[in-house]
Amino acid sequence: MDIEAAKVIGAGLAAIGVGAAGVGVGIVFGQFLQGALRNPAAADGQQGRLFIGFAAAELLGLIAFAVAMIILFVM
Amino acid sequence: MAAETKIDPMHQFAISKIAELNVAGYDISFTTSALWMLIVLAVLWVFMLGGMKRELVPGRWQAMVEGVTGFVENMVSTSIGPEGRKFMPWVFSIFMFILFANLMGMMPLAVVGVHPFTVTSQFTVTGLLAIVSFSIVLIVGFWRHGFHFFSLFVPHGTPAPLLPLIFLVELISFLVRPFSLALRLFVAMIAGHILVEVFGSFVVQGINAGGAGIAISLLSFLFIAGVMALELLVAAIQAYVFALLTSLYINDAVNLH
Repeated sequence: MDIEAAKVIGAGLAAIGVGAAGVGVGIVFGQFLQGALRNPAAADGQQGRLFIGFAAAELLGLIAFAVAMIILFVM
Repeated sequence: MAAETKIDPMHQFAISKIAELNVAGYDISFTTSALWMLIVLAVLWVFMLGGMKRELVPGRWQAMVEGVTGFVENMVSTSIGPEGRKFMPWVFSIFMFILFANLMGMMPLAVVGVHPFTVTSQFTVTGLLAIVSFSIVLIVGFWRHGFHFFSLFVPHGTPAPLLPLIFLVELISFLVRPFSLALRLFVAMIAGHILVEVFGSFVVQGINAGGAGIAISLLSFLFIAGVMALELLVAAIQAYVFALLTSLYINDAVNLH
């Protein structure tokens, strides 16, 4: 296979990880909202943890994005 | 026609030299990155000084500044505890610097011919911020607890056979912290700017193509408006997350477990 074509396919495959991180971020916020609606009084105190979970889930998607960018522009 | 206008989304992150400067073989030229750091600093200074008049009845500006300081102080004191105030200067500084740098990079200054440069889209900049945060954690941790600081890597109630493995895993997760801290901010900024750049090129190419291209340009333009709104949110969230994680890591060093 042509190396350029392989690169583009590889970058596309790496982009799947971004979508997976989207699922993760959705789960984080969705579960938070579920809990927050059950006990709104406790919700404000947990916002720090919400953003930690968000940051952890998002980081993995961003790493997938970085991999795609490295394949496209660096390698 | 379309083939010759290849989109180059990485060009906007290229650093160019404004004034050449070499000292003892090291290249310390004044670059666009340095210029925009100074601009961010100047804007930050104006923002803070404008709100530090200490009026008894705060005006709008002072209320704005007090809102930010109160927000960061609340974050620091809830995550570190009563000793958190000592670390307030650093956490507040990085929060404000990252927030302003992110926002300055998104200002529509290209309308007047100035191309804003996002300082936080450089791994060297975010990496340095993360290293300083990490150094504070290490220094505070070893200063206060000495070698007892290593108990951070052994959670309470770990079964003895698992001890070496857990220690190794915790150590690695601790050492990866500065990288994840820097990488998150840097990639989040890069990703947003590339997205805007690519769709901005679609607008231009669509108009050049004419016909159905105009409709695509319009759609792309509306999409950019949405992405910019999202980017404003991301700029604030990334500054918040960086400051929050820094204060949590400092909490580890101050209080151990």
